[in-house]
Amino acid sequence: MSEIPGDLKFLKSHEWARLEDDGIVRVGISEHAQEQLGDLVYVELPALGTAVKAGHAVAVVESVKAASDIYTPVSGEVIEVNELLADRPELINEDPYGEGWIFAVRIADRGELDELLDADAYAEQLEQDAH
Amino acid sequence: MTAQHTALHATHLAQGARMIDFGGWDMPIHYGSQIEEHHAVRRDAGMFDVSHMTVIDLHGPRTREFLRHLLANSVDKLKTAGKALYSCMLNEQGGVIDDLIVYYFDDAHYRLVVNAATRAKDLDWITRQAAPFGVEVKARPDLAMIAVQGPNARAKVLGLLHEGDRARIEKLARFSAAAAQGPHGMPLFIARTGYTGEDGFEIMLPNEHAAALWQALTAAGVRPCGLGARDTLRLEAGMNLYGQDMDESVTPLEAGLAWTVSFDEGRDFIGRRALEAQRDAGVPRVTVGLVLDDKGVLRHGQKVFSAAGEGEILSGTFSPTLGKSIALARLPAGDPGPVTVDLRGRRVPVRVVKPPFVREGRPAV
Repeated sequence: MSEIPGDLKFLKSHEWARLEDDGIVRVGISEHAQEQLGDLVYVELPALGTAVKAGHAVAVVESVKAASDIYTPVSGEVIEVNELLADRPELINEDPYGEGWIFAVRIADRGELDELLDADAYAEQLEQDAH
Repeated sequence: MTAQHTALHATHLAQGARMIDFGGWDMPIHYGSQIEEHHAVRRDAGMFDVSHMTVIDLHGPRTREFLRHLLANSVDKLKTAGKALYSCMLNEQGGVIDDLIVYYFDDAHYRLVVNAATRAKDLDWITRQAAPFGVEVKARPDLAMIAVQGPNARAKVLGLLHEGDRARIEKLARFSAAAAQGPHGMPLFIARTGYTGEDGFEIMLPNEHAAALWQALTAAGVRPCGLGARDTLRLEAGMNLYGQDMDESVTPLEAGLAWTVSFDEGRDFIGRRALEAQRDAGVPRVTVGLVLDDKGVLRHGQKVFSAAGEGEILSGTFSPTLGKSIALARLPAGDPGPVTVDLRGRRVPVRVVKPPFVREGRPAV
């Protein structure tokens, strides 16, 4: 079973969200998701300042084999993107919960976080998917 | 349907392979990193389990005559035992039923290696066409096949052979094959062929010895590679994949395989008349290479826009050797002018090139 940090919330589609200071939510994809995708070779980041809506596609990650939409777990404004990924998309493979984060949103409604899966529920989903 | 397993299935699982369904076979896609496996083949030596491919032995006094009829390339080019030839097998309309390698043992015994996903269709077609020639068509599911590829692949295999065989196998010419003894005397049929653009061997052997040979190759420093790396390697080498770059709706002339068609005099092969008509009227579509110098990845099915008209991407992927995306595309014939691709709603310019994209491990475009 992949490592799943307890402070994260998840979408069923394998994006994680971490609430940081001042209502900033950092977003990436799970250890399991990067494993499934394989070697990542390109990331299309959202533009800074974009208004995004929870559950909508805002970024794209491309592995050798396929392109995948990345959905934002929360609504708000994109205030940071991980520029390192432009040259080193493999950071997502190497450190999906850390250096491989993708973008950060200033969250409009913290209540949205409660709608997401917690680490245990996400682990349970992975368990079910495996069977 | 239960997935089929090759003789190396348990070995792949033990080595930590990630498995996928590949035309009804449970096969390794990679063992951790497809890109590292790709580089291992370009820089050193890697191996692939290709036992899912179909080996078919043909026997009978009229086998040569039969193959002159069945194949678009001419088996008359095979003059010495062990020589091999790449060819397409066509329908009456000139469409590609499959591409294959034919090995020559003697005039009454040839061996075909055809694709995995087309096994039933191929066997059916070949058996039907063979009947009037009285040729016996015998599939060989008892044989496993391991492709060892890369600049150091041959040296690593040679080290495992019986001493008495080494010099002979070392001198094996490209597209030739010979029998030799492997570790513990196991019988090997070694061909200097491959599907990666690198030098190397494709080795056929009885299933019961496959795991032992795989282990010996692993110990000799040959890296196990999955079918993911095989796909990026073959595309860099500009080689067609059946079902993606060609099928029964395409002729070899349109698929960039005109060089494999032999219009030798007095040989009435299946599809010849259709190909001659197409050649004389002008081949309507061409297959070209595309390079995306910008960021992004070209994918199968994306639309291509050229001055000659609209086309589509057949195989597209990220090229680990070039560090950018490459593709094979089919376009209407004629000067393509500046070419663009619809990349997920974005029109991006691409360069039209003549494959291969990579030659002898180095960028060629």
